[in-house]
Amino acid sequence: MIPLLGITTQALFAQLLLGLINGAFYALLSLGLAVIFGMLNIVNFAHGALYMMGAFFAWFLLHYFEIGYWPALVLAPLGVGLLGMVIERTMLHRLAGLDPIYGLLLTFGIALIVQGLFQNAYGASGMPYPMPDLLKGGQNLGFMYLPNYRAWVVVFSIAVCLATWFAIEKTRLGATLRAATENPELTRAFGVNVPRLITLTYGFGVALAALAGVLAAPIYQVRPLMGADFIIVVFAVVVIGGMGSIMGSILTGFLLGLVEGLTKVFYPQAANVVVFVIMVLVLLVKPAGLFGKQA
Amino acid sequence: MKHILQAGAALALILAVPALAQEKTIRIGVLTDMSGPYADVGGAGSTLAAELAVEDSGIKARGWTVSVVSADHQNKVDVASNVTREWFDQGKADVIVDTLNSGVALAVSQIVKEKNKVLLNSGAASSDLTGKSCSPNTIAWTYDTFSQANGTGRALTKAGGDSWYFITADYAFGKALERDTTAVVTANGGKVLGDTMAPLNNADFSSQLLQAQASKAKVIGLANAGADSVNSIKQAAEFGITQSGQKLAALLIFISDVHALGLKAAQGLEFTETYYWDVNDQTRAFADRFSKRSKNAAKPTMVQAGVYSSLRHYLKAVEAGAPVADGAGVVARMKSLPTDDQAFGKGSIREDGRKIHPAYLLQVKKPEESKYPWDYARIVATIPAEEAFRPLSQSECPLVKK
Repeated sequence: MIPLLGITTQALFAQLLLGLINGAFYALLSLGLAVIFGMLNIVNFAHGALYMMGAFFAWFLLHYFEIGYWPALVLAPLGVGLLGMVIERTMLHRLAGLDPIYGLLLTFGIALIVQGLFQNAYGASGMPYPMPDLLKGGQNLGFMYLPNYRAWVVVFSIAVCLATWFAIEKTRLGATLRAATENPELTRAFGVNVPRLITLTYGFGVALAALAGVLAAPIYQVRPLMGADFIIVVFAVVVIGGMGSIMGSILTGFLLGLVEGLTKVFYPQAANVVVFVIMVLVLLVKPAGLFGKQA
Repeated sequence: MKHILQAGAALALILAVPALAQEKTIRIGVLTDMSGPYADVGGAGSTLAAELAVEDSGIKARGWTVSVVSADHQNKVDVASNVTREWFDQGKADVIVDTLNSGVALAVSQIVKEKNKVLLNSGAASSDLTGKSCSPNTIAWTYDTFSQANGTGRALTKAGGDSWYFITADYAFGKALERDTTAVVTANGGKVLGDTMAPLNNADFSSQLLQAQASKAKVIGLANAGADSVNSIKQAAEFGITQSGQKLAALLIFISDVHALGLKAAQGLEFTETYYWDVNDQTRAFADRFSKRSKNAAKPTMVQAGVYSSLRHYLKAVEAGAPVADGAGVVARMKSLPTDDQAFGKGSIREDGRKIHPAYLLQVKKPEESKYPWDYARIVATIPAEEAFRPLSQSECPLVKK
């Protein structure tokens, strides 16, 4: 137990691990945002509301149909992703080619309406969602007590993040997708249905948000504003990572989780602004973000 | 000369008409958290409580015009100050109720004093409102950080929890609650090992909980409220804190929080309330009327009950002849009259603006002990009115003559 900067190394390890866990949520959410921005050029402000809907979807399944956590992990992203596709088809689709600010305003409006409706129906304090039996309890690591569920969150979201990165950067489907973004006209000429591809991509980004929502449900209260507080930080993560950069948003998500965790130990009052301080510094030095391509 | 007289008479008439009209008009402004972490503690339920108070008083049948407006302060002091000034300047409110959030209440109390209106605070917890920041225009009705500390803090310290670590909401309320609880803990022979701050509306408490766990304190005091309490209690269970023998002291949780947590997660928690709906026939009768009209048939929290109770007493004082326009005068009259209503029973208001009534130390029931909807707690102890609040002898309020 060597004290370092006033705290023991044990405590430091514990806080780093916690930061990593929070980073997993940042990574998963900012990944969805990066996919949507990178491929569709839409700044999706409804992401927090969709994350919240993922958590509520899991709660609905449990409450009304007695469908537990594991099926919800698949069903909620599917359901909310489908809803996302409806939003894209009926509304966002019409804004294609316009300044991104229109998409931003539209999705922001959708977020406010959805959150208001849920708040009206379910109140502000929200509902509890039980921990799945398989992941109850925890491990004593010596330097900290690690709940099994948090370990699962980290492992699972790293897997999802890497799979997404692989699918977009390394597969044929991803290549088509990137081609559709670069040059939709030419891609069409090759017989690819570009509008459908865009709808599916938006649906996928939304499904990632809903997945994070289901992961969050047993830890945090399932409540209407759970996404509203999160989304601003997640946007900062995307900006720091570089708008549209897939790997950038994943790495930055985990990195900022770590930084935030450390701030909570050394100067807790600054924990909720440290991300923005970093954002300002990064924008000053590298305006395109840490992993962004210089425009 | 005659013309001047006529003009003067006309002018007098013009001036007199609004004065006459105003004489039997009362405008109530409910300033609360409608959309944030405390919306279920006060929120729309506080507006409902205000409407119930007006209806139950029967004051409208006696020729009074009473209006109730409400606004969301968003837990922001600047928003709350703007709304308050607007209400006063546009003649929309004579009395402000609830102000759920200590930062908001301290700011609004200043404006209310400056404009000579009335603040009936039910939701804000800081004991400074009747301490060093007391005002002749403000009454703190329901509870305060001292009564919470005195209830839960003393009970746990006396039961052997003699070392404490605090997780504190980083604003006026949390700091006041920590300070008042620290005083109670040390006065009862305990000691405080440390504390850590968390911002309002924090989702993840794992970092703070881990520090609390490492402190080896017997009791972890949660000096927070609303969604923050719910999240920290849930996550404490996740990190095995309660299983390992450390006790959680939720210094301010409301019945709405217990409802949100569910009995499975909340069972065994001890907490202090000055109103619990299931104490006697009177409190149940009020709760039943409330829940018939509340969202999801929720029972009233102590904050909502306090809005009801404080307005009943305000209306009584105004009907007894206190002029609505003179806020300090109404408050003085309210202090001179004994209080009595279904929610809080008989009580009184002290010169520092502190309403006095008993407090209950409650314990959350096990799921199998809960027999009917909202049957959530049992009464462990009743703290008599004269012991529940900070004694006047310790008051820093300039209004108290020593």
